[in-house]
Amino acid sequence: MGTWSRFNIASIVLGFGFLYLPIVLLVIFSFNESKLVTVWAGFSTKWYTQLWHNQALLDAAWVTIRVALISATCATVLGTLAALALVRYTRFRGRMLFSGMVYAPLVMPEVITGLSLLLLFVAIGLDRGFWTITLAHITFTMCFVAVVVQSRLLSFDQSIEEAALDLGATPVRTFFAITLPVIAPAVFSGWVLAFTLSLDDLVISSFTTGPGATTLPMKIYSQVRLGVTPEINAICTILIGIVAIGVVVASIVTKQREAQRERDERAAFAQS
Amino acid sequence: MKSLGSIRRSFAPWADPASKPFISVKNVTKRFGDFTAVDDLSLDIYTREFFALLGASGCGKSTLLRMLAGFEQPTSGEIILDGQSLAGIPPYRRPVNMMFQSYALFPHMTVENNIAFGLKQDGMPKADIAARVAQMLKLVKLEKFSQRKPHQLSGGQRQRVALARSLAKRPKVLLLDEPLGALDKKLREETQFELMDLQQELGLTFVVVTHDQEEAMTMADRIAVMSHGKVIQVATPAEIYEAPNSRFVADFIGDVNIFEGAVGGADGGYVRLEGTNGFPIRMASPERPATGGKSAVAVRPEKIRVSRQPPAHAPVNAVQGEIWDIGYLGDMTVFHVRLKDGRVIKASSLNAVRAVEDPLGYDQEVWISFGEDAGVVLKD
Amino acid sequence: MTRVASALFSRLVIIIPYAWLLFFFLIPFFIVFRISLSQTAVAMPPYTPVFDLFGGLSGILEKAREFSFDNYVWLTEDVLYFNAYVSSVIIAAVSTVLTLLIAYPVAYGMAKAPKTIRPTLLMLVILPFWTSFLIRVYAWIAILKPEGLLNQFLMSINVIDQPLIILNTNWAIYIGIVYSYLPFMVLPIYSSLEKMDHTLTEAALDLGCTPFTAFWRVTFPLSLAGVVAGCLLVFIPAVGEFVIPDLLGGSETLMIGKTLWNEFNANRDWPVSSAVATILLLILVLPIVYFQNAQAKADSEGK
Repeated sequence: MGTWSRFNIASIVLGFGFLYLPIVLLVIFSFNESKLVTVWAGFSTKWYTQLWHNQALLDAAWVTIRVALISATCATVLGTLAALALVRYTRFRGRMLFSGMVYAPLVMPEVITGLSLLLLFVAIGLDRGFWTITLAHITFTMCFVAVVVQSRLLSFDQSIEEAALDLGATPVRTFFAITLPVIAPAVFSGWVLAFTLSLDDLVISSFTTGPGATTLPMKIYSQVRLGVTPEINAICTILIGIVAIGVVVASIVTKQREAQRERDERAAFAQS
Repeated sequence: MKSLGSIRRSFAPWADPASKPFISVKNVTKRFGDFTAVDDLSLDIYTREFFALLGASGCGKSTLLRMLAGFEQPTSGEIILDGQSLAGIPPYRRPVNMMFQSYALFPHMTVENNIAFGLKQDGMPKADIAARVAQMLKLVKLEKFSQRKPHQLSGGQRQRVALARSLAKRPKVLLLDEPLGALDKKLREETQFELMDLQQELGLTFVVVTHDQEEAMTMADRIAVMSHGKVIQVATPAEIYEAPNSRFVADFIGDVNIFEGAVGGADGGYVRLEGTNGFPIRMASPERPATGGKSAVAVRPEKIRVSRQPPAHAPVNAVQGEIWDIGYLGDMTVFHVRLKDGRVIKASSLNAVRAVEDPLGYDQEVWISFGEDAGVVLKD
Repeated sequence: MTRVASALFSRLVIIIPYAWLLFFFLIPFFIVFRISLSQTAVAMPPYTPVFDLFGGLSGILEKAREFSFDNYVWLTEDVLYFNAYVSSVIIAAVSTVLTLLIAYPVAYGMAKAPKTIRPTLLMLVILPFWTSFLIRVYAWIAILKPEGLLNQFLMSINVIDQPLIILNTNWAIYIGIVYSYLPFMVLPIYSSLEKMDHTLTEAALDLGCTPFTAFWRVTFPLSLAGVVAGCLLVFIPAVGEFVIPDLLGGSETLMIGKTLWNEFNANRDWPVSSAVATILLLILVLPIVYFQNAQAKADSEGK
């Protein structure tokens, strides 16, 4: 495809500019000396140091991380099972309903999911707080995991599982010795996705929370409603920084691994 | 003609009524919904036999192989292995191993661990596993590659790892699904002979599925030609080629010319056909089709002579035509001769000398002819 | 491991996630519907009759008589709700079209990019998705404010002499939705364009199409599956969007997600918010089912 026209390049540059400019501005103004977010008054890191003394914020961050760790892990197990059920068992009773329940949460407005889960927790008399948020997060993130793992399973050469069975491994052993290691990268990216979705969620957490369980997005939201402050910019910058570093490192590692693999394959081809 | 196949090796347990089959497929049918993949199929395979299932894609050969491996269960009928019914036995409890078309090597394991995988499932002691793996690596000449991962191997090496892995457990039967399909032509030809030697050396029973007739002819002791879930003919390669039992088999294996006609009678082991192509045919045949019925004779191109002068036996087994096309293939030349009724007959002749004086040219009037034992009278 | 265990294992693969989703996803909808038939009460939980599973069948039937469609009648009587539904659908539709108009050229440009840089571009599209949604919406407040960065910039280059009022209008919501959901539109379109055999365009050009007709008659129809998937991924959640209208739209904006939130959090009227949610769900059922079918079809083709 040698025709990467000026129009193509321009639309990419503009599109990416649109995507990144707000984030870049947000990061820049987190280092603003002034309390006004829109007027540059010199470089400062004082908002970051202030963050360290905001105990409520740190508590909220800790709650958020614990929720995200637990819910992402459970969601990964459930989502992987759901993906297996969808891909491997094409015929079972109620499969239509099942696939509907896996795909619908992907687009379901959060207010509906949040409200319905809250009403469920009230109906069964569960005390609202940390664990209800976690349960809610497991439910909506497991579907994202299922979709990620499912797409890997669809391109999975099933004959390697048959080979394992043929060589005497039971289905259960085959799953743990062959299937899981092969789809592990997809399962891991499913986990990371679930983790960030949980970290990020405001609406569902707000519905399902109870006394004493405030997550970071809830904290940020209540402060944002009072006005834009450099302190919030600073928290956001830290969060963006963590994610950006994580994603960039992960993509560099996969890229290197792929390059290595390509070299290996070329070498194997040359010596044959 | 019956003994042609056994000349290659004096191995023909199927001809001996006293020998017991090792694998018996009995009236097996397999349906997927409305589709019948295997249709009331029966087959016997003997110990140490190299048996090929040959057919176009979708003929049911792979389904049959997968039923032997245990990945599919027959809808009806049963499969008996070494006197034991395989019904309900899952793949991981069967004494058969399979070599997959895609090789199905475990991408996250080294060559060594791939080969050891099946042995570990059996709980074999570590030292024994190491010894067996070393032996297998030596067998397929991959000692240097034991620590590589599959993606670090060439296609031919992967094929050998797959073979070693499926042989490591010393299965009673090795099932091979298009074992050479992914290799290029030259490598495929070499590997055919390696597989045959290996099978002889280890004394195993091989069942191979292939769509490549040349591959089946080269390797197999017997071939089952399949179509639409049924076995059309089971015989040695030579019998399949020289004595096809049906028009389908004659047509499927190699090139063939079919002459149709009405049966005009029979005398002393010969059948006469009043040819619809304008010439009478007299052909040796053990069978005697009913006089007046329709029949057909199949003659392979290499058994048809092309000459300027009519042969002595004309007009029986001889007819005039003109050369329509000439294809020079190096080792032989293929002639397409057009008869008066518009039919085109294929004939080939070996280029045994380097230069022919006054060779046959386009549009020349010629005679095509064949001997009284050159063809086969087809039943249908 | 026995064969029984193996069979059990394969059963569990289905049963565990199935049961989870039934309990935490499907059943809650029925509870929402049931509570939408209740009356508001000053109690905890703030509605009556309270659902009591232990009251036995007769108890449930007894309570069932107290159910009423009053909340739905109330929704039709107050024009505020009707307007909120209509304006949500309109805002979501306009935003979806705007997102498509911006996303398509980007996806097209990415698919045409040299193979070596495509993974990088793909990562750059996905990266914002990993960062917090809330943060990304928040970032726009500082830009769109009357004294914000956009107005400062435009006034400094003398394009305008009065600050534009964007924040707290529908335009701010459009910008917010387009911005937040752009990756969801770009990715499916890109993947359908990237899969396409580029010799098809060459064949069209060879047969006498101009580049534009080749695009319009060949490339675009073939990318339609991606376009539809992208539009659904944007439209459905946008209808019920809360954060964007709340932060960027100001108090005047009518969007049903916000209405529901206020009804629930400020008015503490659980039955009415349940009725609002039920109707919202009914509006979205058709596009959601359509989305599921498209998704399931794409999966079976992937096989």
